[in-house]
Amino acid sequence: MSTQTLERPSVPPPGPPGAGRRPAVVIRSALARWGLRGTALLYLGLVVALPTVAVITRGFEDGLQSLRDALNAPGAREAIVLTLVLAAVTAIINIVFGTLIAYVLVRYRFPGRGWLSTIVDIPFAIPTLVTGVMLRALYGPNSLIGGFLEGNGIHVIFAQLGILLALLFVTLPLVVRTVQPVLLEIDEAEEEAARVLGATRWYTFRRVVLPKLRSGIAAGGLLAFARAIGEFGAVVIVSGNIIGKTLTAPVLIFQLASQFQPNQAAAVATLLFAISFVLVLVTERLVGARNKDAV
Amino acid sequence: MSNPGELRVPVLPSGTRRRLVHGGFIAIALLYVGILVIAPLIGIAWAVFQAGWSTIVSTLRQPDVQHAFYLTGVITVITVIVTSIFGVIVALVIARDRFPGRALMSALVDLPLAVSPVIVGLMAVVLFGLGGWFEPWFTSQGIRILFALPSMVLVTIFICIPFVIREVVPVLQEVGITEEEAARTLGASSLQTFFRVTLKNIRWGLLYGIALTTARSIGEIGAVLIVSGQITGQTETATLYVLRAFDQFQDDPGFVVALTLALVSIVLLVLIETFKRRQERMQRT
Repeated sequence: MSTQTLERPSVPPPGPPGAGRRPAVVIRSALARWGLRGTALLYLGLVVALPTVAVITRGFEDGLQSLRDALNAPGAREAIVLTLVLAAVTAIINIVFGTLIAYVLVRYRFPGRGWLSTIVDIPFAIPTLVTGVMLRALYGPNSLIGGFLEGNGIHVIFAQLGILLALLFVTLPLVVRTVQPVLLEIDEAEEEAARVLGATRWYTFRRVVLPKLRSGIAAGGLLAFARAIGEFGAVVIVSGNIIGKTLTAPVLIFQLASQFQPNQAAAVATLLFAISFVLVLVTERLVGARNKDAV
Repeated sequence: MSNPGELRVPVLPSGTRRRLVHGGFIAIALLYVGILVIAPLIGIAWAVFQAGWSTIVSTLRQPDVQHAFYLTGVITVITVIVTSIFGVIVALVIARDRFPGRALMSALVDLPLAVSPVIVGLMAVVLFGLGGWFEPWFTSQGIRILFALPSMVLVTIFICIPFVIREVVPVLQEVGITEEEAARTLGASSLQTFFRVTLKNIRWGLLYGIALTTARSIGEIGAVLIVSGQITGQTETATLYVLRAFDQFQDDPGFVVALTLALVSIVLLVLIETFKRRQERMQRT
């Protein structure tokens, strides 16, 4: 998850300029330096790198056969397509509303602003499974709203709409907290200048604000997409896992793993993992490029 | 501020227009989080209220439920201790050391964020399950990893690795080394400098990272589900209990435990916001 983009203030480091940016090799004794390096590498190597390598080798132990088997299983392709489509829709919707919320939080002062900011972080804190349970409590067949919606032919629980709501919930803070720091850096004077020169509000937003926000919005959207591809807890309990209809890729991996098909599970996992890891790397680039511009 | 609206013969006075646009944006923002975030919270509170007080009491008195909370607590405590100690070490290396491979190290730190929890669970199965790389050795030693506490702790640590590191690294970079150098010049040893100066400087960032880790490990489900084997009363965490309750159409106890978890995480969120504010204040001064 996810939490990498919690609001981080972008104030310049205090003290003389550049004091914090200096490549600071302060770990003086060689023993301490190598001790720290060794511990860090061993920790990350054993806990992160080794298991990752293990899954990838397991998935391709017998070439592409496991992947082919996994994809030929009933509902597997549909599950992967559904996951990618829902993740894309989630990212797009939350880019629109997330940017709007970030804009409102940064530029407007109104009663309830602090509350809005805290509410945006709620999905970070709430266990993902509880997210699914909450949706079920609200839209489930025995609930007030759920009964009404079912009566009008709208199905939320055990339907794709429920999965979408779960994904939107889980990824909302990712977009808001990625766009917000970028907005904070933009000088409001430029917007004012554009307005004084006769630009309309929408034109100002499109030509002055949006170009600077582009990398932030893209980064937030990609993070949301990557997160949505892998989401399990919030989805498993609202989707009903109907093969070919509401079965998502992470749930498929879970089913393969618990049916003692670790090779096929690993093959599908590697596919998903490759997509989301590339996305996260691209995001880091985007955010990194922005930070370089800012300095 | 001059008003460009005047040039275009506005339908409404500019002040009214601005207020309408602002008000509209704020209303849309509030409406969106209201429907998406607040309504489900009300939904679960209502569901538990419907279930009634006696269901709440009887659910929380079930030995299975109590053991599930206990197990979640044990996993969380171990995860927090391990990821904090090693996290600070990794953060120090990333922020203060320069060597080839440092970029790879940062990438490894971010990797768990890109991996679906289900895949993390699968990793443990591939390593410790039947036919796994380490399975023969641990079996010969009679140590049970899969379907037992060790694998559940391991997958939670994997998932929580980034939180402390990503909060502490920027703080370390921003406070710089001036104070540490001063302490060293005044004769403090490395360890003294670390505990008296460095640790003091990063404390709010570290606590923030720990709060995030706690929230995440309490709520972990995908990875733990795969490695735990879901043995009731033994390897069942609070979230696994909720999942089983719904699988067995025991919705009411499921709602009660889920609401308890939600309340715990909201308390954590308040702590998180406090730490964040403290840290921002410290950076400003």
